[in-house]
Amino acid sequence: MSIMEIVVITLIKIVAILSVFLLSVAYSVYFERKIASWAQNRVGPNRVGWNGLLQPFADVFKLLLKEDIVPEASNKPLHTLAPFIALLVAFSTYAVIPFGPEVELFGYKINLVVADVNIGILYVLAFTSIAVYGITFAGWSSGSKYSLLGGIRSSAQMISYEVSMGFSVGGVILLAESLSPVKIVEAQHGWMWNAIIQPIGFITFLVSSFAETNRLPFDLPEAEPELVGGYHTEYSSMKFAGFFLAEYANMIISSALITTLYLGGWQNPLVDIFHIQGGWAVAMQVGAFMIKIALLLFFFIWVRWSLPRFRYDQLMNLGWKVMFPLALLNIIWVAVLIMVFKI
Amino acid sequence: MTLYDIIFYLFALITIGSAMLVVTTKNIVHAAFALLLTFFGVAGIYVLLAADFLAIVQIMVYVGGILVLIIFGVMLTNKITSVEIKTGTLNVLTASIVIGVFMGLVVSIMVWTGWYSMPAPIPATTAYGLGETLISDYALIFELLAMLLLIALVGAASIARREKESL
Repeated sequence: MSIMEIVVITLIKIVAILSVFLLSVAYSVYFERKIASWAQNRVGPNRVGWNGLLQPFADVFKLLLKEDIVPEASNKPLHTLAPFIALLVAFSTYAVIPFGPEVELFGYKINLVVADVNIGILYVLAFTSIAVYGITFAGWSSGSKYSLLGGIRSSAQMISYEVSMGFSVGGVILLAESLSPVKIVEAQHGWMWNAIIQPIGFITFLVSSFAETNRLPFDLPEAEPELVGGYHTEYSSMKFAGFFLAEYANMIISSALITTLYLGGWQNPLVDIFHIQGGWAVAMQVGAFMIKIALLLFFFIWVRWSLPRFRYDQLMNLGWKVMFPLALLNIIWVAVLIMVFKI
Repeated sequence: MTLYDIIFYLFALITIGSAMLVVTTKNIVHAAFALLLTFFGVAGIYVLLAADFLAIVQIMVYVGGILVLIIFGVMLTNKITSVEIKTGTLNVLTASIVIGVFMGLVVSIMVWTGWYSMPAPIPATTAYGLGETLISDYALIFELLAMLLLIALVGAASIARREKESL
């Protein structure tokens, strides 16, 4: 392939993924509201379109048309920049997550991932650590004490849980012997899913990603009774929408990451059982990836509407005294598996 | 000028420009943000030199760790006590003499050294070779560094530990 062809194919992949991604972010807000109403025994949005299906578009237009208020006490350049940092981090992480196997289309061999990077997992960890900046800058630049406290809480929480997140990934890397997400998915062939082989690592990673995305039961940064709205108290209009979108985009990214690392990515055991080949196999594998993400998203939302919020010291205790030792235990477990049982 | 050169100069511009901003700006939080860009510029140059692992470690350690700590410190001291911390310019004459001498030294080294360079093949994976070297040739240093970090961790924990209240 010439350079032009590679560039064109990559651009097509980026456009396709971004459009699917943006649409699913918009609709995950809708599903959040629908599942919330299901959990609370009420109807939920049902006015705009059939069963409220056009609600996301109505919401976006409402936010676009609202007045953008920048507080007097704020630091204007950073106040404007913060939501963009949050969005940039959310969107750029998706580049290394594979959503299907290698396929042949029009004579080209195409890998169904935007960038097959050797060190993809480290890339994801590095970018999630940048996500702290969007929130701290938002909290600091707003010039309000609620925002500042929310921002500080959030960054302390994210830094703490990053540790157990990184260590849980260690077990996956040990088994796959590679840092590339593509290889990690290939290593989980059939039922060799990491969630089955190393359940402790799966649980610590899952809990850490709840904390990293600031979702309940770890949503202390925006605890309404204490902090008004947390780090985005002083934001309005599309800048607020930026944070809102970033939160849901992060949820989808976390689901995709959990799927890739622990639930076999696009691996679909049915394809092997029934010996399906060609286009149908690829379609089933990409479909399996989507279904796994959708189920995890449902889990994220389900937990939010079922559990109460942790207290701040409980959150830190859980992160450092429970999750971190468990993640270390998981690494030892995987090492024993490799050395003794020769997996 | 090839595409490679253009990209290199772009990253170099980002790095040097934002580094200039770090030292010239009066607002400390702005300086911290400019430092973020500097680290990214350096990471970009690493990627350009096919040192992808180093680039990511640069972002993880400096951007994700050290700079977060700096910003934390600045944020906690700056607004909560409502005392604006600004940096000023002091001792202009002494500073410019020292910097002038140092600059002359660096430039003269740059000009008069016979730089030895040779084309190197791009390695397929950088992380694998690096890991192998670390636990074979440099195993002792690697372990000693781990001990050092452990000691630092224990020290931090003992400082942060709550004092036992005397009953």
